[in-house]
Amino acid sequence: MKNEILSAKGKRMTLAQKDAMTGYIFIFPAVFGLLAFYIYPIISQFVISTYEWNVLSDPVFTGLENYITLFRDEIYLTSLSNTTKWVLFYVPTSILVSFIMALAMDMPVKGIGFFRTVFYIPVITPIICVALLFVWIYNKEFGILNYLLSLVGIPAIGWLNNTHIAIFSISLMSIWKWAGYNMLILLAALQGIPETLYEAAEIDGVTPFKKVWYIKIPLLKPAFFYIIITSIIDAFQVFTEIYIMTKGGPGYSTYTISYYLYSNAFEYGQMGYACAIAVVLFIIIMTCTLIQNKLLGKNVTY
Amino acid sequence: MVKSKRSIVISYVLLILFTAIVLLPFIWMFLSSFKSQRELFQYPPTLIPNKWMFSNYTKAWNSGTVNFGIMFLNSMKVVIPSVVFTILTSSLASYAFARIRFKGRDTIFMIFLAAMMVPPVVLLIPQFLMFTGLAWIDTYLPLIVPKLFGTPFAVFLLRQFFMTISLELEEAAIIDGCKRFRIWWSMFLPLSKPIIATLAVFTFQFSYNDLLNQVIYLNTASKYTVQLGLASFKGSYSTRYDLLMAASMFAMVPVLVIYAFSQKYIVKGIIMTGLKG
Repeated sequence: MKNEILSAKGKRMTLAQKDAMTGYIFIFPAVFGLLAFYIYPIISQFVISTYEWNVLSDPVFTGLENYITLFRDEIYLTSLSNTTKWVLFYVPTSILVSFIMALAMDMPVKGIGFFRTVFYIPVITPIICVALLFVWIYNKEFGILNYLLSLVGIPAIGWLNNTHIAIFSISLMSIWKWAGYNMLILLAALQGIPETLYEAAEIDGVTPFKKVWYIKIPLLKPAFFYIIITSIIDAFQVFTEIYIMTKGGPGYSTYTISYYLYSNAFEYGQMGYACAIAVVLFIIIMTCTLIQNKLLGKNVTY
Repeated sequence: MVKSKRSIVISYVLLILFTAIVLLPFIWMFLSSFKSQRELFQYPPTLIPNKWMFSNYTKAWNSGTVNFGIMFLNSMKVVIPSVVFTILTSSLASYAFARIRFKGRDTIFMIFLAAMMVPPVVLLIPQFLMFTGLAWIDTYLPLIVPKLFGTPFAVFLLRQFFMTISLELEEAAIIDGCKRFRIWWSMFLPLSKPIIATLAVFTFQFSYNDLLNQVIYLNTASKYTVQLGLASFKGSYSTRYDLLMAASMFAMVPVLVIYAFSQKYIVKGIIMTGLKG
């Protein structure tokens, strides 16, 4: 009798252990991927950043010298300030645009599937098509944009030639391309708000503006939290648009951190220096994410 | 009532305005795809082509070392394994994170969450050096292999969804003697269609349009993907806009078709995960 209980208990133990074992087996491929393609690269990045390494010669350990050079490098500092400009313009504008889009779509309007598809077309269009299309639309001499403006008497603007304007022109295109993605997430969040909350508000005679301000925005906090974080992360990495449209020009006016990183690594072969740029970018983005976690993340439950 | 009618009218006005802003560049692209290179750079610009150059499409299709048919196939060699394995591997891990009890589970999941915030550009150089060491440059392997092991974003999204699936269903299944693997395969995956559709579209679109990695890893013209084919219309001095516009039209088709078929799932998928309000 006593033996039976023991063995039954023993068997239950092995069942739980077996189940835990299954758990480890299930996560193994994903954990392997995480180690090989995230954790190892991040660690090796830090290591490489302490070497002077031109791909053609052997790496030489130089400690923090790459970082010291970095903060005296005029082009780097320009890239840093251009990227900051980009983030400060792109993130709020694109979130505002996608929020207005989502609010309009959350109404009982007809043809929602049509609008949802249309607004998402730019997101799925290859960036190379969009970027080259806009290079041409923005062209100072024969671009359609300046032509349309000339019809109302506005003189030609060098959208991509003017050092003060170029980065904002590219940014506007980027907002046009990506707004549909955040719109989709905000729309989904809006549609997840229970109808009863609005009914209560309507009985109390709340104006539509107050409804947005006091009901929708607070309830959308998790969705906003998500899109603000991902938009900031994406904005700090802006590369492809620059690479296709201006190659950093005119002058250095559209050099961004990622573009400078890319040209150091893949054009000049300065791997150590490029890694130092990446490490600093990593630290900047992580700091932003942590600050947001502190400011906005209190009520977000994963 | 009056007030809500007014806000519906405002909504329509906004939606039509946004539709115009979104569609005008595409209409311009479409009309331009039938113009000759000379007409494209005419000033003042023409809206409707003077002469419809349908030949732009055949010229664009055959312009590279390999035609766009081959480039589509090349793209699919990268995209299909990426999509399939991102979903399979990630969902297997997500199932374990959501449902199985084991030591260190929550800590490991937190590491996945943190990895989601790691900007891809930061991984670019070490990965490039790693793949160079493996002699994988100019093959599709660097574009496919990392995806075989899932992505932190997919693990996160699927786990959120799996948490919402009712527990009783599963306990009944365990009593029935189903194994964990079968529960994942024949219960959780079929129940997760909306989120899998969402993830499939996101992964497809990302992998198909991923110009940066394809530029870095592929050199030989016969291995070119659609993106690289499009990029090759941009010459050092001038861009063949006539061909580019035509090629852009057919490069968009695969993603557009997939999105149109799955868009009703996507919003549902997002609502049901942690991203909801």
